[in-house]
Amino acid sequence: MKPRLIFSYLLLILIGCAALYPALWTVLSSFRVGNSLFSDHFIPTKWTLEHYRDLFRDRADRSIPYATWYWNTLKVATASMILGTLIQLLTAYAFSRFRFKGRKSLMTVTLILGMFPGFLSIMALFVIFNTLNLLDTQWALIIVYSAGAALGMFVAKGFFDTIPRSLEEAARIDGASHMKIFTSIILPLSRPIITYISLTTFAGAWVDFIFARMILRSPEQWTLAVGLWNIIDAYNSTEFTLFAAGCVLVAIPITALFMYTQRFLVDGLTAGASKG
Amino acid sequence: MKRHAAAAGWLSALCMGLGQWYNRQYAKGLLFVLIHAAGIFLIASKLFPYLQGLVTLGTKGQHLEKVGKIYKNVPGDHSVFMMIHGVLAALVVLLYVVIYMMNIRDAVAIGRKREQGRDLKDLQSTMFPWMLLALPIIGVVFFTIMPIVFTSLIAFTNYASPNHIPPKNLVDWVGFATFHKLFTLNVWSNTFFGVLTWTIIWAIMATVTCYFGGILVALLINQQGIKFKGFWRMLFIIPYAIPQFVSLLIMKNMLNEKFGPINQYFRAFGLEGLPWLNDPFWAKVSVIVVNMWIGIPVTMVLVMGILTNISKDLYEAADVDGASSWMKFRNITMPYVLFATAPILITQFAGNINNFNVIFLLTGGNPATMNYNNAGETDLLVTWLYKLTLDFNQYNIAAAVSILIFLFIATMAILLYRRTRSFKEEDMIQ
Repeated sequence: MKPRLIFSYLLLILIGCAALYPALWTVLSSFRVGNSLFSDHFIPTKWTLEHYRDLFRDRADRSIPYATWYWNTLKVATASMILGTLIQLLTAYAFSRFRFKGRKSLMTVTLILGMFPGFLSIMALFVIFNTLNLLDTQWALIIVYSAGAALGMFVAKGFFDTIPRSLEEAARIDGASHMKIFTSIILPLSRPIITYISLTTFAGAWVDFIFARMILRSPEQWTLAVGLWNIIDAYNSTEFTLFAAGCVLVAIPITALFMYTQRFLVDGLTAGASKG
Repeated sequence: MKRHAAAAGWLSALCMGLGQWYNRQYAKGLLFVLIHAAGIFLIASKLFPYLQGLVTLGTKGQHLEKVGKIYKNVPGDHSVFMMIHGVLAALVVLLYVVIYMMNIRDAVAIGRKREQGRDLKDLQSTMFPWMLLALPIIGVVFFTIMPIVFTSLIAFTNYASPNHIPPKNLVDWVGFATFHKLFTLNVWSNTFFGVLTWTIIWAIMATVTCYFGGILVALLINQQGIKFKGFWRMLFIIPYAIPQFVSLLIMKNMLNEKFGPINQYFRAFGLEGLPWLNDPFWAKVSVIVVNMWIGIPVTMVLVMGILTNISKDLYEAADVDGASSWMKFRNITMPYVLFATAPILITQFAGNINNFNVIFLLTGGNPATMNYNNAGETDLLVTWLYKLTLDFNQYNIAAAVSILIFLFIATMAILLYRRTRSFKEEDMIQ
């Protein structure tokens, strides 16, 4: 083997270790006996499933309703995914396929608004939800996550731009309506981008912490992000292994989902990069 | 019979829907008349007091009032609610005006079609994109634009603790006083410019390290002779796939000065270990390094995608000419990658200026410092702003800062995006 290749392999292995280490360390910690952050061995000397059991058990000395948090997160993320994806696809389709008055300026506005850091509007949203009596409900969170979805439409628009127009022109000659063209030609061809958008909106809602912390006030309404942050905050790392177990259960489904669909992810990201 | 357009237009200007009736579009006309009636009723009965409230922001604070023989605490006007209601009312009025104008334009357009004796059916086509956009626009108006307007307005008030927090006190309009304070009052300006400097340094460092790190990793995997390319890519994507709040909270524990494993390894080698998150300098290094761990996979994935798109002919031609691998890299690969990823560089830079998660979850803006007002050494403008709002109730200063951030990012985005290919030549892709 050429020295250059050996060197490259060494580098790859090194980067691989760096990439994996924190995750591996957390997984191993979650099986370790005891509750401290400190340990002498990377691989635990005694293994236990106690911490996982503990997450789903009520204990008098602390309140960690992990199962409820999990269910809440799942509900919010799924609902936001469906609503957000729909809104984003509609917007992208309209901008990609139709030429109407004010289109360019509307697109510029979309672009600029997308740059506004969402959580700066938190004060206003708080008051709105307060007046609508939606504070401390998951509906408020779902609305926040999906209402602004249209602003992220540029990746999808880039994708729609690449679908040849001749397809729909043929369909139009055959007498298909706009809606028919959208549902039976465009959507089936857009599976990669739909996957990409659903995945990112789902993950976005799954991991958001800023809005969730503001809107959800009572512990039984919390999502996982708020709950786990609170374990660190309230128990000051004294329940580290429990926290680690909680992290593993949050991270595994979403990580697996990402890995499984990474092909679409790559397509989506590249579409966004070269076509705006 | 050639005057349909003018007649319909004037009728619609007189009252929404009349022009449509004139054009024999009865259902549409009825709809417009109903909107017209509802609009007038709303503005006259409900919205006017709200708009007034937006101007005055309340006249009576919470005060004591004599009821019978005892004094009672009577709630006063709540300035912030009045402001929100006022903004909402203004939006509804604006919407009403827009619909009014659309109604006139619609009447004129249909009238013109009638003059030319054309089929009215194909008008449906121009309405379709707006139908698609209706729901997204409503969402964006109420949950993005409205809050932005509200936040901008806050910057021109004295809404801040301790003296102007409703419902106890009223809030007043103060013009540019907040901005003036931010730039000239030492307590604020020192913090503002200090945090701003670090934000810019951070954004540049974070963007550059992740960008070139990602390119290098991608090229490393993509070399000729490297086996299991898919496996390596999958391995390196893992940090990106793990939810950020999880990995950052874990990193926070790993970098713990006393018990964290990183310093444990240092001690195993007989070294003291470093105060990762507790020393101003090392905390800054830590956030940049941890950010690389999260950010490099994104660029890597992108660049790998782009590399597969480079035509093999280019390399073959270079081989024929006897180019070395370095020359091929410099003259084919690099220009291509840089060109294709340039727009991403901009978005990443803008994203890093607002990179709330990395800072907030990792250091919380700490270590604390005496030099700054309500900010720590690693605080970015956004995390500072979050603290100002949540912990210190300095709403007006926070709003002023957010306006400045927004102006900066928006200007940059417009200037740079306008030059990208996708905006100028989107129709060329077809």
